[in-house]
Amino acid sequence: MPRIRVEVDGVTYEDDVEPRLLLVHYLRDRLGKVGTPIGCDTTNCGACTVLLDGTSVKSCSVLAVQADGRGITTVEGLGIDGTLHPMQRAFHEEHALQCGFCTPGMIMASIDLLRENADPSEGEIREGLEGNLCRCTGYQNIVRAVRRAADEMREPARQRPEVAP
Amino acid sequence: MNGREMGKARRRSEDARLVTGKTQWTDNVQLPGLCHVVFLRSPHAHARITQVNVEAAKGRPGVVGVFSGRDFADEQGSLPCAWPVAEDILIPDHPPMAVSEVRYVGEPVACVVARDLYTAVDALEDIDVDYQPLPAVTDMERALRQSTDLVHGDFGTNQSYRLVVESGDVDAAFRDAPVTIQRRYVQQRLIPTAMEPRAVVCRPVGEEFTMWSATQVPHILRLMLASVTGIGEHRLRVIAPDVGGGFGSKLQVYGEEVLLLLLARRLGRPVKWTESRSEGNLTVHHGRDQIQRLTLAAEADGRIRGFKVDVLADMGAYLMLLTPGVPTLGAPMFNGIYKMDAYSFTCTGVFTTKMPTDAYRGAGRPEATFGIERMMDELAAELRLDPLEVRRRNWIRHEEFPFTTITGLTYDSGNYEAATDKALALFEYDKLRAEQADRRERRDTVQLGIGVSTYTEMCGLAPSRALAQVRSAAGGWEHATVRVLGTGKVEVVTGTSPHGQGHATAWAQITADALGVPFDDVKVLHGDTLVAPRGWDTYGSRSVTIGGVAIHNACQKVVDKARRIAAHLLEAAETDLEYAGGSFSVKGMGGEGASMTLAEVAEATLSAHDFPEGVEPSLDSDATFDPENFSFPHGTHLCAAEVDTETGFVRIRSYVAVDDVGSVVNPLIVDGQVHGGLAQGIAQALYEEAVYDADGNLTTTTMADYLVPSAADLPTFVTDRTETPATSNPLGVKGVGEAGTIASTPAVVNAIVDALRHHGVRDVPMPCTPERVWRALRAAFLEEPEEPGGARPGAAGGLGPVRGGRE
Amino acid sequence: MIPPTFDYIRPSSVEEAVSALSQAGEDAKVLAGGQSLMPLLRLRLAYPDALIDLDRVEPLRQIRSENGDLFIGAMATHHQVMRDPLVREHAPLIAKATATVADPAVRHRGTFGGSLAHADPAGDLPAVALALDAVLVVRSVRGDREIPAADFFVDWMTSAMEPDELLIGVRVPKLGPGWGAHYEKFHRTAQAWAIVGVACAVRRERGAIEDARVALTNMGPAPVRAIEVERFIEGRSVSDDSFRAASERAAEGTSPPGDLHGSPEYRTHLAKVLTARALTAAAAV
Repeated sequence: MPRIRVEVDGVTYEDDVEPRLLLVHYLRDRLGKVGTPIGCDTTNCGACTVLLDGTSVKSCSVLAVQADGRGITTVEGLGIDGTLHPMQRAFHEEHALQCGFCTPGMIMASIDLLRENADPSEGEIREGLEGNLCRCTGYQNIVRAVRRAADEMREPARQRPEVAP
Repeated sequence: MNGREMGKARRRSEDARLVTGKTQWTDNVQLPGLCHVVFLRSPHAHARITQVNVEAAKGRPGVVGVFSGRDFADEQGSLPCAWPVAEDILIPDHPPMAVSEVRYVGEPVACVVARDLYTAVDALEDIDVDYQPLPAVTDMERALRQSTDLVHGDFGTNQSYRLVVESGDVDAAFRDAPVTIQRRYVQQRLIPTAMEPRAVVCRPVGEEFTMWSATQVPHILRLMLASVTGIGEHRLRVIAPDVGGGFGSKLQVYGEEVLLLLLARRLGRPVKWTESRSEGNLTVHHGRDQIQRLTLAAEADGRIRGFKVDVLADMGAYLMLLTPGVPTLGAPMFNGIYKMDAYSFTCTGVFTTKMPTDAYRGAGRPEATFGIERMMDELAAELRLDPLEVRRRNWIRHEEFPFTTITGLTYDSGNYEAATDKALALFEYDKLRAEQADRRERRDTVQLGIGVSTYTEMCGLAPSRALAQVRSAAGGWEHATVRVLGTGKVEVVTGTSPHGQGHATAWAQITADALGVPFDDVKVLHGDTLVAPRGWDTYGSRSVTIGGVAIHNACQKVVDKARRIAAHLLEAAETDLEYAGGSFSVKGMGGEGASMTLAEVAEATLSAHDFPEGVEPSLDSDATFDPENFSFPHGTHLCAAEVDTETGFVRIRSYVAVDDVGSVVNPLIVDGQVHGGLAQGIAQALYEEAVYDADGNLTTTTMADYLVPSAADLPTFVTDRTETPATSNPLGVKGVGEAGTIASTPAVVNAIVDALRHHGVRDVPMPCTPERVWRALRAAFLEEPEEPGGARPGAAGGLGPVRGGRE
Repeated sequence: MIPPTFDYIRPSSVEEAVSALSQAGEDAKVLAGGQSLMPLLRLRLAYPDALIDLDRVEPLRQIRSENGDLFIGAMATHHQVMRDPLVREHAPLIAKATATVADPAVRHRGTFGGSLAHADPAGDLPAVALALDAVLVVRSVRGDREIPAADFFVDWMTSAMEPDELLIGVRVPKLGPGWGAHYEKFHRTAQAWAIVGVACAVRRERGAIEDARVALTNMGPAPVRAIEVERFIEGRSVSDDSFRAASERAAEGTSPPGDLHGSPEYRTHLAKVLTARALTAAAAV
């Protein structure tokens, strides 16, 4: 069995893994990182999206052994010292989740989207999230949340007015 | 009650764990000694099982056990059907694991229990099953016509039941009617596709069992597990932890749940099963699947005389929890918001060798709403009237409420005019009609259509006695317990079981208002039969109208109890106390000693040192609410669709939804429910269909073929509300979970047909794929009937317009 | 679902990869980005004895100019290709078509070479390679071999590569000034496979089409070059009429499949409509 060394959410792990072990199963079953769920078996739904060396991948279609020597960020690795990442906060503020099953993947994909395009239009957000399916929200508030996070992340210093409830 | 919380767009308290990945999905449950279960499923739509050989699989290292149906035959019972809609309904035996015959692709025939999932999946391939194929039955109409290819041989027929409901003089209504319109519509089969696949964990503790399940209905599941297996209900605890959506698909008692319980008992070890998506597409109950034959008689001015509805409903291979009942929910709903003289509804339940159907968001009401709303557009076209004008001439006017409809329901409140006026203004109806005319004139490749849907629905699935009348075994009430702790904090126990709806937030808002305590002082408990022992769970847009009201009522009882104690402590008469802002005060008095807070009363109750004679030291209160009537949300939805006449591609240009869901607890949550509902209703109109081939194989087993729309496929919705409070409950709430789905499907299809009607198109079967739109256009151009959907055999279709529209 | 067991080989150079492939036998599979292979493994539709993972063969990710052509390494990811300045300048058709492949996360892993070697006629890139007269460079222990795209795609998910051959890159002739390109993809949802796609590049000169390359996605078991369209349009004026007339020939010589999302008849119709649109868009550039 190959031995791999990966850094997940800031912690380094070394493990022997079967070559066929999927990254998402490694995260969930070996490391207990169950914040990343599995929603399909054809790379369609995006629920298992994580960042691999900073870019989004669907962890159900990557082998754990392929992550050897790389860094992974899951939704559990966001935010510092109990503070939410602006994207997490935006999802909460804009009611961009209902059941929450797609949310970890949606948040990771959205963070990646803003990394590539800090100021996306609504259409660009919709296109950019085409690989992440949500069944609850109709996407409307997800699009708003990404927009809100984009504004906040571009101008972190400026005080933003609270959206009236 | 000062109304601080009701109507406030509170951010959800649930979100904190959901956005950080600290969620407790069933698949996250880890227990010492946990074994993994995988199921071997039938590759045949219909076959006799002649032999199952599990020996090779048993020999694999790490395999704890391998079992076939025969191993469970004596203890697995039959999965329940709780809605035998007719006295003479045929209900087949439904073993959780097939023993001698399989009747749909995906039916479990064996299972492996192993130390880990990978081992279990490997061992599955070592199991050898011999099948003797039997005829697949995939077409409802053919299934009824012939009596040789039978799903259940001993029945001698593929018909499960036939239900007829009639009201008014139907013959008279149709006799010499100036206008008669007949149409055949198909409600395609859908796969609910909650994002969280099903998962079950069962832990034995001596002779008792705890089950975690991704279910909408922990209470119903516990009850049914007890009745199927004979294990005492009091020895079963069912937990619905965080549940990732349901949409009806988790309103079920699945064979896998029963089998996990039996495995836990047999092995004495905890067991877990989590389905894969492709497994779930095959074996999560499906939704819809009806053929509707509709005939409408009207006066020359558009006033409806009578409406005849004849529905064939595909049951699939077995009757599951609500399978036969779902299509019959259309019986009181096909008349929609309209007045008419006569009405008949016939529903025939048909067995086929497919996955059983059951509740999917809307359950019976989307089908009915589609039927009537499509027919209203056809009537308008026939009479060359604006589709809204025809509706206006027939709908119940706001001053006519309460109104008893032709089907005998009493709609308590509503204002269709107000919702429609608001929708028209937001939509810019006249401007879009002008653009439509312009595009027609220019013979633009892209034509514009406007679709209208003025819907109502019945929510709550209560009162209980109404359920008895339709032979449902379920009760319709809901339960709540409100506990005021010694510190004044409040625990609310509800029998509803949320899976994305935000009950923890909304119920706390209701409680905060009813008790006058801060929102943050309220904790809502749910989804565990040990914690919340009484309830009927969450489905049918019932939670706020029944469960929310139960909480409100329980809070009133808390205040009543507290009032007696406060009166004693303040040395005042109860009638002299008023309660506001969480505090009792003596009327007309101020200052020290004239008032006390609920928290102070709670503290005094905890110690009970100084208590009134004959009063129990507890503020805790229960309430069970069973309403007098259903609730009837309504609304007007308008859809503008652009149809590419060259490719058949449909793009939704704009969508306006004005809904009247009565009083609103949390507008943020209500809007979210509408958005999600719209997405699913639009998906039925445009994208989704579970397709079986002639051999009974499901061809849409993955998300690559079953097309769930993404953000890139959907428009931004414009939503708004009118608020006509329900009169059937003290909060005035009506329910919102299904409204968007119910209204939107006909709005979209009406828009597509409207875009193409000048070309002679009268219908496009759902989902309105580009190819189907193109074929409908081509058929109209060629002026000859087109074979539906050449893409594949057995496609839904057959527009069947009656030329001339006269009978 | 869970992949079956396999041996895993992770070469760090092309030579190691080629040598591993020659030793591994017929039932070995090359793992490029894995975005098609992993689902096949998870659904247990493939049972390879061994996977040879090219993930760490960094030289294969290069995109460069070489002898006047563009050379795209087989392991260049879709994400890399669609943003690469050389590709955008000299083969904009590839950049445009790649941007329509799957979704961002899949494009981070999925590779140009993997898509071509997979030879799925519903994939977007085979038709693009065909339209551009790309040459696929494959290597084995026996040496290098250059296979023109026209010969590479043999049948449904079948290429002209021998089992011991590795696709190392693709040579694409650069399109000079005057060329416009467009990929017209038609699908039901953003994520879905193309029902039909049209890859098109045209060179305009003085209001006429001087040169045209048109190839079709999902109109047969392999991508199809729409030769009759090219022949017809070359030398004709840039006009809706000539595009429409040319596109009438789009389905000639095709044998489109029928599946859930479109019948052969519908695909035949779509090929014509989309070809006209692709020509119009390409000529407008």
